[in-house]
Amino acid sequence: MARTQSAPAAGRDTASSRPAAAGARPPRRRRGLRKRVELTALLAPAIVLFIGFVIVPMIFAAWYSLYNWSGFGPLNDFIGVQNYTGVLTGPVFHQALLHNVIIAVLSLVIQLPISIGLALLLNRRVRGRTFLRLAVFAPFVLSEATAAVMWYELLQPGGPLDALLKAVGLGGLIHYWLASTSLVLYSVFVVATWKYIGFGIVLLLAGLQGIPPELREAAAIDGATPWQVTRAVTLPLLGPTIRIWIFLSVIGSLQLFDLVWIMTLGGPANASSTMLTYQYTNGVQRTEFGYGATVSVVLFVISLVFALGYQRYALRRDTSGALTRAVT
Amino acid sequence: MRGSRKPAIVAVAVAAALAIAACSSSSSSSSSSTSASSSSSSSSAKVTLTWWNNGNTQPLLGVWQSVAAEFHASHPNVTINVDPIQSDLFTTKMPIALKSDNPPDVFQQWGGGQEATQFTSGKLANLSSLTSSWITELGQAAAGWQVNGAQYGIPYDQHVVGFWYRKDLFAKAGITSPPTTIAQLESDDAKLKAAGITPISLGGGSRWPDAFYWEYFAVRECSQSVLQSSIKAINMTAPCFTQATKDLTAFMATNPFQGGFNATQAQTGAGSSAGLLANGKAAMELQGDWETSVVPALTSDKNIVSQLGWFPFPQVPGGAGASTAVLSGGDGFSCTTGASEPACAEFLQYIDSTPVQEELVQKGGVGLPANTAAETVLTDPALQAAAAAHRNAAYDAEYFDIAFPTNPGQALDTALANFFAGKGSNETIINSVSSSSGH
Repeated sequence: MARTQSAPAAGRDTASSRPAAAGARPPRRRRGLRKRVELTALLAPAIVLFIGFVIVPMIFAAWYSLYNWSGFGPLNDFIGVQNYTGVLTGPVFHQALLHNVIIAVLSLVIQLPISIGLALLLNRRVRGRTFLRLAVFAPFVLSEATAAVMWYELLQPGGPLDALLKAVGLGGLIHYWLASTSLVLYSVFVVATWKYIGFGIVLLLAGLQGIPPELREAAAIDGATPWQVTRAVTLPLLGPTIRIWIFLSVIGSLQLFDLVWIMTLGGPANASSTMLTYQYTNGVQRTEFGYGATVSVVLFVISLVFALGYQRYALRRDTSGALTRAVT
Repeated sequence: MRGSRKPAIVAVAVAAALAIAACSSSSSSSSSSTSASSSSSSSSAKVTLTWWNNGNTQPLLGVWQSVAAEFHASHPNVTINVDPIQSDLFTTKMPIALKSDNPPDVFQQWGGGQEATQFTSGKLANLSSLTSSWITELGQAAAGWQVNGAQYGIPYDQHVVGFWYRKDLFAKAGITSPPTTIAQLESDDAKLKAAGITPISLGGGSRWPDAFYWEYFAVRECSQSVLQSSIKAINMTAPCFTQATKDLTAFMATNPFQGGFNATQAQTGAGSSAGLLANGKAAMELQGDWETSVVPALTSDKNIVSQLGWFPFPQVPGGAGASTAVLSGGDGFSCTTGASEPACAEFLQYIDSTPVQEELVQKGGVGLPANTAAETVLTDPALQAAAAAHRNAAYDAEYFDIAFPTNPGQALDTALANFFAGKGSNETIINSVSSSSGH
């Protein structure tokens, strides 16, 4: 707190074993230069990569999105915002967007409580805790492609899941899990939950470890029941972790692709499509790269608006301290 | 899945063949280099051909490598860099490559409208004059690789779609000979169902197998001239296409397919449509000639291929199309413009020479060679039947999704898959190609 602008510099200079005499200190201008050189040297690789592989492609995508372009020949059929009109007014895109939103909402309503419950459970000293933690985390380690192929096989008509249901006397529950247009999206959601629940749990467990046990003990000594301790002490302190999980989960839901593509190709009849399967089907497979770029831009804007809005209104409390501290 | 069908098929075929005969020719297979194309017509200047092909798995990988080596041995001035690339990647790699200053000299080409789309890059070499001396040997197979009547690609194999069936299940249901009309097919379906057998497996989850049905009904209902002009004009408003939808609707009403076919994939695993046929869970499947190279990997039955028979898509009474016309396609290569054109054309001639074609059939997992002279090495009776049907066909109709430019072709596949899933109508099918707003 008592540090002034120049104090840190003096400290640094001492550390670099230079004579601490004021007269020997380099002039302010040179120090500023050195700092700039340092910053440039350290940041340049990251900035070059970021600009080359993130910013420039984004600019290109935005540019292509204004053209009717099959990928071959010159970019000369300028059509303005026609691609955007096509995407934003297309019922098939609306359907895909709706599916993304459904997956995101279901994640919050179903995955979050399960994750919190299991994390609280696995944070206690239960027998076989290490094994249980490993078991819930294992699916997350699998690649999406592997998980998708595995579940595709499990969900076959007459496949292992159906056989299991029949064996336990629940044969009446058997459905065409992936072939029914009204069920397929939820089947995909269950697989996504199976795949990603481990990640949420590990994140929340890390958050739980960061809560000092003294707080819980103090509450318990004051006579709080375990439920009250959880509700009034643990969960509020877990808030930052939960808010980060929600952020990652929603962004992940908006960008869902691999799992769906391998299991259903977004079908049958677009019943499990997402914005990205729509982009792949209508942009890449049809070699309509201008149109595909448009879908990418729309998806980017949706994600960006959510990300900025969420940062602004939900995450600010959690990150503001960290950010201001990082600045000095 | 346009870009990936034939490729996927070859890949699966290749994987299949590898799984079965893990011993097959990975390294230089005995060069049957009885010098097919007498060499040295091109100048002696050194040429290097970069060759993008989709033989990225065995056995095709090894066969292509030995073909390149053999060609170099007989043409020392031509060096070939073999660059195997997974099929799906061609969709995104080719546009970029054809925009660049050094595209590959030879690359995988599936012909039809996709080739016509690539043609607009101005980088595809016109091979007509360079191949005129021998291209006629391929017969009508080469027509699918023409743009505006000129040869911009050359096939190295052909595909023909028809019904594959299990002889044992037909016998079990009391069916003595394969059906020749749709009515007979439907009554055979009923017999199979009565015997507790699913009549036909369908890989609707992969989308493109759905299209075979509607396209074959259209081939039977439309005359050749209507078919050709409709494809050329990208317009399917001719009444025969609507009739095809009616035929398909009536056929689907008899429930010939396995339950949940909308989610069944075509070639992946025992639960796929090919897997159902391979494991005796269904009696028939409408598929390409590649079926014999796909099924062995999907079942433990070592004799599965000999268990299969083949019959052409049945006749549709009253249709204006020839009853022997077949739905077909194939795999091939294109050359890019530049100094390497003559060497490239010579290389493609070498690939289509009888010894190499025989090697492709015997070791490369290829079903039907482009050069029919190599059909003599076909040993499987069912494949022989498919080859004969193709040879004797009144004419070929290329799969519509390949024949159309890529965008309407894919739109048609999507519309048909939706129709099979109960969403859509005749209008959505017909309009899918003309309004590419089928997005």
